[in-house]
Amino acid sequence: MTAALYVVLYACGAVLLAGCAVRAVQCARTPLHLRWELYPVPHEAPERAVHGGSYFEQSDWWTRPPHFNRLGEMKAMLVEVVFLKGLWEFNRRLWFRSFPFHFGLYLLSLTAALLGFGAVLDVAGAAGSGAVDWVIHALCVAAGALGTTLTIAGAAGLLWRRLADPEVKPYTTPGDLFNLLSFILALGVTAAGYLSHTGAPGMRRIAQGILTFDTTLAIPTTLAAGFVLLALLAAYIPMTQMSHFIGKYFTYHSVRWDDAASRRDAEWQKKAAQCLAYRPTWSAPHIGADGVRTWADIASTNPAHQEKK
Amino acid sequence: MKDQPRLSDMSRPDREPLVHLENENLMPLPPPLDGVAKDREWKALSQGSLEKYECSLDDTCAVNVPQPKTPEDERALVEKFLAGLDKLFTKENNWTFLQPLLLTMEYCARCNTCSDACHIFEASGRNELYRPSFRSEILRRLYFKYVRHGGILSAWQHGDIQLNWPLVARLIELSYRCNLCRRCAQTCPIGADNGLVAHELRKLFSEEMGISPKELHDNGSMLQLKVGSSTGMNAVVVKDNLEFIDEDMTEKTGMKVETPWDVEGADVLLIHNAGEILAWPENPGAFAVILNAAGISWTLSSELAAYDSINYGLWYDDAQFARVALKHAEAARKLKVKKIVLGECGHAHKALAVVADRILSGDMDIPRESSLTLMRDIVLSGRLRLDPSRNDFPVTLHDPCNVVRLMGVVEPQREVVRAICPRFREMEPHGVDNYCCGGGSGFAIMSGGNFPDWRFHVSGRKKLEQVLNAFSDCLDPSIPKYLCAPCSNCKGQLRDLLAYYGLWEKNRILYGGLVELIVNAMVDVKPGFIEWEWR
Repeated sequence: MTAALYVVLYACGAVLLAGCAVRAVQCARTPLHLRWELYPVPHEAPERAVHGGSYFEQSDWWTRPPHFNRLGEMKAMLVEVVFLKGLWEFNRRLWFRSFPFHFGLYLLSLTAALLGFGAVLDVAGAAGSGAVDWVIHALCVAAGALGTTLTIAGAAGLLWRRLADPEVKPYTTPGDLFNLLSFILALGVTAAGYLSHTGAPGMRRIAQGILTFDTTLAIPTTLAAGFVLLALLAAYIPMTQMSHFIGKYFTYHSVRWDDAASRRDAEWQKKAAQCLAYRPTWSAPHIGADGVRTWADIASTNPAHQEKK
Repeated sequence: MKDQPRLSDMSRPDREPLVHLENENLMPLPPPLDGVAKDREWKALSQGSLEKYECSLDDTCAVNVPQPKTPEDERALVEKFLAGLDKLFTKENNWTFLQPLLLTMEYCARCNTCSDACHIFEASGRNELYRPSFRSEILRRLYFKYVRHGGILSAWQHGDIQLNWPLVARLIELSYRCNLCRRCAQTCPIGADNGLVAHELRKLFSEEMGISPKELHDNGSMLQLKVGSSTGMNAVVVKDNLEFIDEDMTEKTGMKVETPWDVEGADVLLIHNAGEILAWPENPGAFAVILNAAGISWTLSSELAAYDSINYGLWYDDAQFARVALKHAEAARKLKVKKIVLGECGHAHKALAVVADRILSGDMDIPRESSLTLMRDIVLSGRLRLDPSRNDFPVTLHDPCNVVRLMGVVEPQREVVRAICPRFREMEPHGVDNYCCGGGSGFAIMSGGNFPDWRFHVSGRKKLEQVLNAFSDCLDPSIPKYLCAPCSNCKGQLRDLLAYYGLWEKNRILYGGLVELIVNAMVDVKPGFIEWEWR
């Protein structure tokens, strides 16, 4: 039984990683697009970023050294990812539901990482310092308890909004409800399993068991059920819009903040040349596409003068 | 509000509009237009239009698609739409915007945070039809069903939609109920872009089905590519007109004004929106006065399309967009200028300086910059003798979306007005958080049927509120007020909007560009360059 549980956990973990990787590669492999940035862009020079300005505010901008404020961009990313700044600014009511949910997930990820770290120490025989073990244990308990509570509360709040808010309800699908319910169910069962089995092996021992594939370990049924549900949920995430953490990286870095001038980067020019060689098949007569002529051919044709002929 | 359409209503087989807007449902306006009674009645669509065209979305009609005659015609159009939908998601046909489009399709969380950012949605009294995600959700459901070939499971996850001709016809119209200002995209926590969705739908309809508003295509980009300008002016006519403007400006300013043409090796190729030459000749005239006085080496070009900076393809058709952008760059290359400077036209700024960047390579990549930046440098350099007291009247600044949010030119124009307009006041919000004038993405030039009524009542309403609030302390007609809009398209919309509500006659609110304010403050120019007369 324990072995089967481990297989499910590893399989779902692999699906999660592979699914996320496929999504990321798909996003990264889409061809170069035309510039479509949106200001403010946080990697602009600080004196311009403060009002949303760009290098276009400088006359003869191409003669000046490019400025890339990496620190400004990192700061903007950090507050957006950790605190959901955009939502705080533009949709405060939703932030009170969405922030607990997302921050709870971060805490649960931290809990899993700490458990994994502790298990590695145990397996490597490096554990033993009482202070380190205590800190890991305390952090796991705190982050795990708070993470579970916040995620369930956030998911419940989001679920209620989807069911009750007339502005969101028409755009809600059964899949949306299922996704949120899944979080509540999986975390609820796991929490119930954890709290109801006082004599069972602790979470760190279970993490060690998963790491070493220790099939002698007896994991209580409810807790095992919770793990299975969490694993299935994790594997399901890349197949849904819930993987938006991947998309968000690209929407920000490759679209909103992508203000790179092609004259400053030979790589852009090379990519653009590849795109100009594509052969469109649009049917409207004024396009003049036939699947043979390239995008560049079409762009350098004047349909108004052709019609005249 | 009685009408709140559902997504499924888009496929309704009847030709009844999905919504009907009443003034009492719209966002209230501040004084002097407070109260429904002070609003104007809508002009109804003519019976002829209703019988001839597909007008089943709302109270107006922007594209005027002829009604198909037979069910077979309808089926053929739906097939064509499906073919275009497929192409929209291929790199060969749509590399230009494939990545942002796919990201918006795949990752939108449908949280509707974007709604409050949309001036059209707010002004309509939060009518569901104009919610930014309404149109996106239709496309998203079509994408998962017909492009990704999703089955029952996909419909369960992403929602379902019934595809038929009524849906396509309504979607054509709905793609022209968005100004493409992308204020919604700015607020999206994930970075999805509903403005882009409207843009991409327009592209599908134009590039696959040959459907687009006459004002943008036949009388817009095609006319520009045919004779050189969407105004219909060829090179001879435009030179004649500029000569006349030069004479007029010389008389008006007391300075010799001359516009140079086709000067090889000039530092600057200036490209105006040619609409200025016909509608607001004082704008190109003011440019000539300033550039000559500042000792700038500059020229205009009489090459085909190069004396008109407009590029309507930006709003609906990538091929038309690229063709015009290439013409602009080619003219600059031929003249061997050091840079192209874009006159006061917002969409021309974004089109040539930003969006065209990756299709202009090698010797076609002539540096491009905004005239607002050049004007800031001239004004702050002290090269002109300026007397701000000549501009001692209330001035507010409208930010064209294409210049601020979509290009990041925010401060230069402010540095100018702060320097020369002692009674300058900001609209709120402004800069990158500005609201569109309501004429963006071509609406300002679309005047068929009763579309202007929709444009004034709905898309322009938020800007109207901003303007009235900015001048709330000086609405008295004894105080002349200047609404500075450094963009031709915005000026067209603001002119029509102010006239529609009688705000010049009743409250003395005039509109104009930035360069006119500079010339009005020039000590070497006869006083009174800005004429307080309606035009």
